[in-house]
Amino acid sequence: MDMKSGSRLERVLKAGHFAFTGEVGPPRGANVEALKKKISYLKGKVDMANITDNQTAMVRMSSWAAALFCLQEGLEPNYQMVCRDRNRLAMQADILGAYSHGIRNILCLSGDHQMFGDHPHAKGVYDIDSMQLIAMVKKMRDEGKFQGGADIDEPPRMFIGAAANPFAEPFEWRVHRLAKKVKAGADFIQTQCVYNMAKIRQWVKRANDMGLTEKVYILAGITPMKSVGMANYMKNKVPGMDVPDEIIKRLKGVEKKKVAEEGIKIACEQIEEFREMKGIAGVHLMAIEWEHRVPEIAERAGMLPRPEV
Amino acid sequence: MIVAERKPFEEIKAMVAGYKRVLTVGCGTCVAVCLAGGSKEVATLNAELQLALGKDEISLGAATVERQCDMEFLAELDSLAVEYDALISMACGAGIQFLAERFPDKPVLPAVDTSFIGVNLDVGWYEEKCRACGTCVLGMTGGICPVTMCAKSLFNGPCGGTNNGSCEINTDQPCAWYRIYERLSAQGRLEQIMEVSPANDWSNQKPRKIIQPGYQERIKALQG
Repeated sequence: MDMKSGSRLERVLKAGHFAFTGEVGPPRGANVEALKKKISYLKGKVDMANITDNQTAMVRMSSWAAALFCLQEGLEPNYQMVCRDRNRLAMQADILGAYSHGIRNILCLSGDHQMFGDHPHAKGVYDIDSMQLIAMVKKMRDEGKFQGGADIDEPPRMFIGAAANPFAEPFEWRVHRLAKKVKAGADFIQTQCVYNMAKIRQWVKRANDMGLTEKVYILAGITPMKSVGMANYMKNKVPGMDVPDEIIKRLKGVEKKKVAEEGIKIACEQIEEFREMKGIAGVHLMAIEWEHRVPEIAERAGMLPRPEV
Repeated sequence: MIVAERKPFEEIKAMVAGYKRVLTVGCGTCVAVCLAGGSKEVATLNAELQLALGKDEISLGAATVERQCDMEFLAELDSLAVEYDALISMACGAGIQFLAERFPDKPVLPAVDTSFIGVNLDVGWYEEKCRACGTCVLGMTGGICPVTMCAKSLFNGPCGGTNNGSCEINTDQPCAWYRIYERLSAQGRLEQIMEVSPANDWSNQKPRKIIQPGYQERIKALQG
C-alpha cells in the first residue's frame, strides 16, 4: 500500500479499521515517571496518543520530548504543534528533529491564546497559522522543500493531522474551513469534543456531500464527563463547545456517585454511534487527567483488541 | 492616526529627577488629536511636575511643534533647546526619536507610550485598526484586518476559540474572522476566503524605509 508516512495510525486507517486514539498531557516539570505512568495506561489500548504542546498556554515538557518517551515506551505519538510559541524556522527544525527520531504523526494547531496561561505577558508568535502549518508540513514531505523554498536533505514524512470544530458559529462556514484544511494537506482530522450528536451528524453529512470524507479521515473527539460541574463548565466556559441540556439532565438524573459512570456510558454510546456513521473513520478519546480509566473505556466501547497492522 | 497614552506620572517624575532645566515638547498632530501629547497636555504635565518637584528643583519650559516627525518643524526648537538640560517629548515614538536625533547631546525622555494606529470612535475613545504589517490583505478580508483584529493574527480563521461571534480572549472583543465571514457573506464574496491564504511576509520585522516613485533621484542627491 502506498504510504505517506507509514505511521501506525495511517496503516490502521488505510486498512479500513475504525481508529481509536488517545491523549497524554506532558508533565509540568521533568517528572518522567508520571509521564511514563500515563503512557502505560494507554499503551496497547489506543492506536496512538496525542502529545499536547503547552496546552492552555501553560509551560510543560516540550511535546517532542514527551513524544520521544512515548515512542520509547512503545506507544505511537501524535506530535502536537501549536503556532503560538514558535516561528517557521523553529517549527521546521523541530519537525526534522522529531521525524529523525521516529515520530511520524503531527497535529497542526493554532493554540490557545497566551493570555490564558501562566505567562500571559508572553509574545504570541503566530508567524504562520494552523492552515499554513499544514501546508508547510505537506510541502516538506511531498516536495522535499522548506517553506522558504530550499531543498531538504532527506524530507520528513509525516502523517498530517488538523483539528476541526464542527460546532462553532458560523456553522455554515465550518465545513468550508474543513475543506480548506483538506486542501492545505491534512490527512486526518480530530474534532473538538462532541456532545451534540445531531449537529455533528449534520456536519459530517455536508462533508460527505462535498466529497471531503473521501480525502481525509475524520476522528470524532470524545471526552467523558466526570461530573455535573465539568459538564456545566464545558457548556458555559469553554469557547466553541456545544453541550446540549439533555447531557446535563442525564448526568443530574443519577446519584452523585454514579455521575462519572454515566459519563462513560454516554461516551460509549457515542462511540457506538460513530462506528456506524458514514464519514467517521475513528474516535479520539480525550480523557483529561483520567488516563487510568482509558483501558476500561476502551474495553467497554468495544475498541479492544486494537488491530495488528 | 497614531494613538498614544500618557505615561504614569511617577514614571515621568522618576525620569526627570536630577535635571534642573527641562523643556517639554508637544506634538500638534496625532497625539494632540488623541488627547495625549498636544499643547494642552504639555501644560498639564508641566503643572504637575512643578507642583510635585517645587520651584527650586526644576524649571520647566513648554513648546509644541506642528509635527515632531518632521525635521523642518523640529528646527524651530534649535535656539530654545540649548537652554535646557533635558527634553521631554510627548510625541509618538517616531517623534521622540526624531527629536533625539535633532538634539543628540540632550537626554530626550518619553512622556507617552505609543499605543497603536487607530481610529476615533468618540472623543477620548480610540480603537486599534492597523499593525503596519506591510502586506495589506484588506481586499481579501472584507475591509477587516486579520492581523490587528484577530488576537492570533490568523490569515485563515476563525480558530477553534471563536465564541458565538466573540474572540476567546474576551466576550467584548468581536471575533475578526466571524465578522469577515459575515461581511463577505452579505456581499456575496465568500469565494475570497475559500482558498488557503499563504504564509505572510512579515516585512515589519526590520527597519523600513520608503522612497516614493519619482523621488529616487532627489533622495540620492540628498544622500550625496
